Amino acid sequence: MSDSDPTELEAPEPGTVYGLLVPGLPQPLLCPGAGAGYQRLHDAFAAARRQLLAHEPDLLLVYSTMWPSIIGHQIQADPQPEWVHVDELFHDLGSIPYRFRIDEGFAHQLRDALDARGLTARTVAYHGFPIDTGSVVALKLLNPDNSVPAVIISSNVYSDRAETVVVGKACRDAILAGGRRAAVVVVGTLSNRLFTDWIDPADDRIHSLKDDEWNRKILEFLGQGRLEDTAQLSREIHRQIRVPKVVNFKSMWFWSAVMGQHNQFDGEVFAYEALHGTGGAVVGLAPCGSGVGDKEFDEDDVEQFHGDRDVLA
Amino acid sequence: MGQIVFGALAPHPPHLVYAANPPQNEPTAECGWETLRWGYERLADRLSTIEYDTIVVLSPHWQTYVGTHFLGVERFHSLSVDPIFPNLFRYRYDLTVDVPLAEQLCAAASEAGLVTKMMRNPDFRVDYGTIVSCHLTNPTWDKPIVSISSQRSAAFYSVEVMQEQMLALGRATARAIEASDRRVVLLASESLSHRHFVSEADIPEDMSREHITNHHQYLWDMKLIEMLRTGRTREVVDLMPEFTEQAVSESDSGALTWLISALSFPRYTAELYGYGTVIGTGNAVMGWVPREAR
Repeated sequence: MSDSDPTELEAPEPGTVYGLLVPGLPQPLLCPGAGAGYQRLHDAFAAARRQLLAHEPDLLLVYSTMWPSIIGHQIQADPQPEWVHVDELFHDLGSIPYRFRIDEGFAHQLRDALDARGLTARTVAYHGFPIDTGSVVALKLLNPDNSVPAVIISSNVYSDRAETVVVGKACRDAILAGGRRAAVVVVGTLSNRLFTDWIDPADDRIHSLKDDEWNRKILEFLGQGRLEDTAQLSREIHRQIRVPKVVNFKSMWFWSAVMGQHNQFDGEVFAYEALHGTGGAVVGLAPCGSGVGDKEFDEDDVEQFHGDRDVLA
Repeated sequence: MGQIVFGALAPHPPHLVYAANPPQNEPTAECGWETLRWGYERLADRLSTIEYDTIVVLSPHWQTYVGTHFLGVERFHSLSVDPIFPNLFRYRYDLTVDVPLAEQLCAAASEAGLVTKMMRNPDFRVDYGTIVSCHLTNPTWDKPIVSISSQRSAAFYSVEVMQEQMLALGRATARAIEASDRRVVLLASESLSHRHFVSEADIPEDMSREHITNHHQYLWDMKLIEMLRTGRTREVVDLMPEFTEQAVSESDSGALTWLISALSFPRYTAELYGYGTVIGTGNAVMGWVPREAR
């Protein structure tokens, strides 16, 4: 029989308590009424926020594919960044004033965790640092009252799978070592081909049937909680539906690595809509004891990053 | 009748502003990248002999995937913090825009069949590529500018498609300037080879760490410079797809192709003011003075 105080609540388990994939284009924030799909995405952010809060996170870890870095990975560490943001493409949709609550202490722990796994990383804490549109949109819609402190990490333009997986593992190290309950928010589109001309938002659609079919296949996997299976498909997804702006489609590698590299999740697709031709989806993953078993994976597992091997990219 | 009086390849590594310690930039340096900074000084000296009204710059760091955009607000003053090198570049800018010329350029590009847009949001933050190239070319900021975005068709389609669009934009630029009453300086704000190192020295201006990323890129840089110096600009455009891919070049922005087109494929010698590497990338500062402007 335990002699502990029966009124004392059991401390919640640390770890990655919830995961979210959200698009970073500004329409759901700035002009949800311009198209039915934008409104559904806006509403999906709200539904996702409710689920996220139900898992009682004490940290939002945001990985934004719209924040590129070159010197390793950068981590936002300004405790209260404040600015009026304007998107470089959709500037006519309006300005986005923001003030966020960043967990400066965890940002430094995260940098140390990346360093311990052989990665180059640094914190950035400068007034006026240009936080990317995707991070701004995600935090404004998912955490409008800053009730949960956040940390944002960049995406290195040259990093491929090994480096990205190790970044995800390092983030997991920091979450567990800090005893944190983290919700991981990955900002990025599925297919990323925009229409290259202006469109009526009411007529927005996925750029091509092929993009749409692949997006739906990804969402079928994620809806079943098959995150690692999706991550294993990343190279093929990149070949099939990604405009090659960076070396590879790496958001799923990061997401799976930080969430534990398995398929044991309850997946929920809150919405899937077009954003100027790209595939925008709001998807939630809650860890569970069951789910789809691990498949026979093709990709190697990597624990430590051993640096740039001078492979041209 | 308006005229293009000077054109320049004017790369924008923020390191060059950092190392020059202008009062607008918060971080300070001991030294660094002198061969390029002195090259920019030679460019500025050359420009001091030429009368002009406006600088028009095409920057890879204003990336627009839908159309080509033009700054369309008369004045911008704010803080520019480099998203990649915030430790080096936190620059307070105060610049004026030649909005009438921007509108003429935008209209001409639209007439040429390109997708265009004027940028009218006063809260917009001017990209650091525009700021760095303009600062190094004209540190007094006593001339208005027009900034043109980089339409990323190289990523979306191919370098060939990008070049078709940039050649058209260059012709439209020349036509619009000719139809105006402006004497204009054009800046292609881009590096040549563009593979960076992914780590940085503790002292960023430690020049014992600075060199080209690899020999292959140096060879490409020298080949391009030699072709530009000897007036083989059509050949440069023909070679651009290979160069862009193999040297991971920032020419994917279209800036150099646009400049060559606007200058009507100059066959005269480009003046080379300086070449140097910045965190492994290859950068040349070069200028063209059109014959009719001499």
